Amino acid sequence: MDEILRIEHLVKTFGTNEVLKDIDFTVSKGDVISIIGASGSGKSTLLRCINMLEDATGGRILYHGKDILAGEVDEDRYRTKVGMVFQSFNLFNNFSVLDNCIVGQTHVLKRKKDEAEAKAMEYLSKVGMSQYIKAKPRQLSGGQKQRVAIARALAMDPEVLLFDEPTSALDPEMVGEVLDVMKSLAEGGMTMLVVTHEMAFARDVSNRVIYMADGRIEEEGSPREIFYSPKSPRTKDFLSRFTSNK
Amino acid sequence: MTIAEMNFFQRMIYIIQDYGGSLLKGAATTMVIAIVCTLLGCVIGFAVGLVQTIEPHKKDGIIRRGILRVVKFILTAYVEVFRGTPMMLQAAFIYYGTSQLFGINLGMWSAAIIIVSINTGAYMAETVRGGILSVDPGQKEGARAIGMSQPQTMLLVVLPQALRNIMPQIGNNLIINIKDTCVLSIIGTVELFFTFRSISGALYMYFEAATVTMIIYFVLTFVCSRLLRWAESKMDGPSNFDLATTDTLAFTSGLTRYDSKKGGTH
Repeated sequence: MDEILRIEHLVKTFGTNEVLKDIDFTVSKGDVISIIGASGSGKSTLLRCINMLEDATGGRILYHGKDILAGEVDEDRYRTKVGMVFQSFNLFNNFSVLDNCIVGQTHVLKRKKDEAEAKAMEYLSKVGMSQYIKAKPRQLSGGQKQRVAIARALAMDPEVLLFDEPTSALDPEMVGEVLDVMKSLAEGGMTMLVVTHEMAFARDVSNRVIYMADGRIEEEGSPREIFYSPKSPRTKDFLSRFTSNK
Repeated sequence: MTIAEMNFFQRMIYIIQDYGGSLLKGAATTMVIAIVCTLLGCVIGFAVGLVQTIEPHKKDGIIRRGILRVVKFILTAYVEVFRGTPMMLQAAFIYYGTSQLFGINLGMWSAAIIIVSINTGAYMAETVRGGILSVDPGQKEGARAIGMSQPQTMLLVVLPQALRNIMPQIGNNLIINIKDTCVLSIIGTVELFFTFRSISGALYMYFEAATVTMIIYFVLTFVCSRLLRWAESKMDGPSNFDLATTDTLAFTSGLTRYDSKKGGTH
């Protein structure tokens, strides 16, 4: 399979606090990787380092073999290829739904206005938001905002999409609509890296699961391996809290 | 009827009849100076506020960091000096200073506009800085995450929202400027307050002239504040949107599980 990202010995410290310790893994085309783990285990920091929103302290992040941390790829161009969906949506409050999905295309990718609009409409209808193109973000519910945020990221034609706890800020009744969209993306072959607390999603949709604890990858494997025969006692302990109340 | 025989209202009418034209001219001058200077002050304020919120980039060398620090220091000094001294003195200082030191005789208009703009700019710089800081950092991250450069992020996403946030303060500044142009009478700018002093001096009707002039000032500021309110609500657009009826995905989710056999999403 085509390798898109390779993370090697990634380290991130905030002051003296070591948040990520020697992280290694690869993302290949078509992968849907769920990263699970307790709060504070470094999952979100890992995603933010991959998107360069945080500066990694050490190690390498190779994008098609080129080290982004060493500046071998233009930072802004790289980010258009590695999209990000945030827990708090981060839609541009000063733009309508449609313009949120257009502004990056026209200003960053230099697409023509009508081409960008067609593309935005395509993805907005894919996430079921095409009736809302004139609305401003503050007029939408959380689930709707997140679906627009996904459409905005998709409109840039990224190779990989990073999801940073995309449903954690949502009311329970809105979680489903966002997960539905993510599931259909995964089925469509989108490469995704998902930090999530939705264990059912990790188990049923992803092809690989990474369990993180204390800034390390404690265990990595197929959903079947992680959920039904975890090797590490910590993984077992973590997952038992989720399976026991099912 | 002589002036001595008139009552309060008759005297006010007398002033308006005789000096209505001068008062209108003074009011127009005041408004032009206030509006132009508020706009120029905003431009100065945005430029200064923007520079003051620049964080040095991690890859910047020592020279670039040094330049940034020096520029920031100069701008901070500008803000502090012009906020910290009376505009009346600034007017005298700049107007007489330029003619005495450099032999430049600033005209009434250019002197007035320079002084009020620079003064407004100093206040606006702090307002803009606050406005930029008040925009949710997530907005910046959202913009960076789709590949926008630092300037694009500022121009397209952060500044428009900062502008909306500081609209009330810009309005405040306009109203302050309408009133504070009166200090320009010290350098002989014929604005509304200067007109008041001429009328009261000519007619010895201080109370009546003051009343008429106050009413004019109040009408000017009140109309401006209402217009700005209206502009703000225009910027915001309607506050609700037909949410529940047309969104089929929002309707189905929560009622059904996407795959209940496998445990669904709950």
